[in-house]
Amino acid sequence: MKFSITVTLKKDVLDPQGKVVQNTLTNIGLNLKNIRQGKYFEIEIDEKDQAIAEKNIDEMCKKLLVNLIIEDYKINKL
Amino acid sequence: MKSSVIVFPGSNCDRDIAVALEKMQFKNQMIWHKETKLPKSDLIVLPGGFSYGDYLRSGAIAGKSLIIDEVIKAANDGCLILGICNGFQILTETGLLKGTLLRNKNLKFINKDIHIKVTNNETKFSNKYTKDQILKINIAHNEGNFFTDNNHLQELNKDNLVAFKYCNKNGIIDEKSNPNGSLNNIAGIYNSKRNILGMMPHPERMVDKLISNTDGVNLFSSLLN
Repeated sequence: MKFSITVTLKKDVLDPQGKVVQNTLTNIGLNLKNIRQGKYFEIEIDEKDQAIAEKNIDEMCKKLLVNLIIEDYKINKL
Repeated sequence: MKSSVIVFPGSNCDRDIAVALEKMQFKNQMIWHKETKLPKSDLIVLPGGFSYGDYLRSGAIAGKSLIIDEVIKAANDGCLILGICNGFQILTETGLLKGTLLRNKNLKFINKDIHIKVTNNETKFSNKYTKDQILKINIAHNEGNFFTDNNHLQELNKDNLVAFKYCNKNGIIDEKSNPNGSLNNIAGIYNSKRNILGMMPHPERMVDKLISNTDGVNLFSSLLN
């Protein structure tokens, strides 16, 4: 079973990289309102039961992939 | 006093801290991160560098290495733990210190001598300094922008757990003297039991007049006191 995980900075956390990308997009004439930069993972696991698989992926996020102080995450089945 | 310096792949200040500790008469050992046993130590140092190439987040992978369980156990038993730069990042990733270190606000790697103020001189790490003493000290990091939640920030202020704050050479703490965007100019913090210190500046680089200054010496002599 394959899942994707999107990790983004929480709303209140400053995202300097996103800001620079935003400024650059504006400078080259592309209009946008806001941008937030994040991380993306694809994880494949050997598990047939989706509920168990999602629980395992969630544990991976909480234990290593995500810093819960500053980041939010979303898990999607692919 | 016995000290152990933990060495990760990508650590690059491990030798500097070892030289500083030995100069100050610590009996020091270098411990590779794959070890599962720590020799009995009064002080454990997590050195600066780029452990695991800063993959995922600075300190995240080192924070899950084999030796870290032993470091956490020792910390809970009251052993003194010092995390410098990448070591500070590792301490936050293990949960031994709360908060985290974000990318510098200006997105630049900053390597320069700056000033910090000793905000608490009543700990095992700082008792040889005077309160509000200003130190000239080197920083060299890309992710040193300290951030934490409101509850923790209140706890840091209420319980006097801020160790150092960035300031200018006259001791003024303001946005101008904040090199990396750290919350409230925080450069280093203690845990609630004050046996763990995490700091971004490098005291081990300030122990020799010939190459810099000696403003870091008193941190080590405080530990010996």
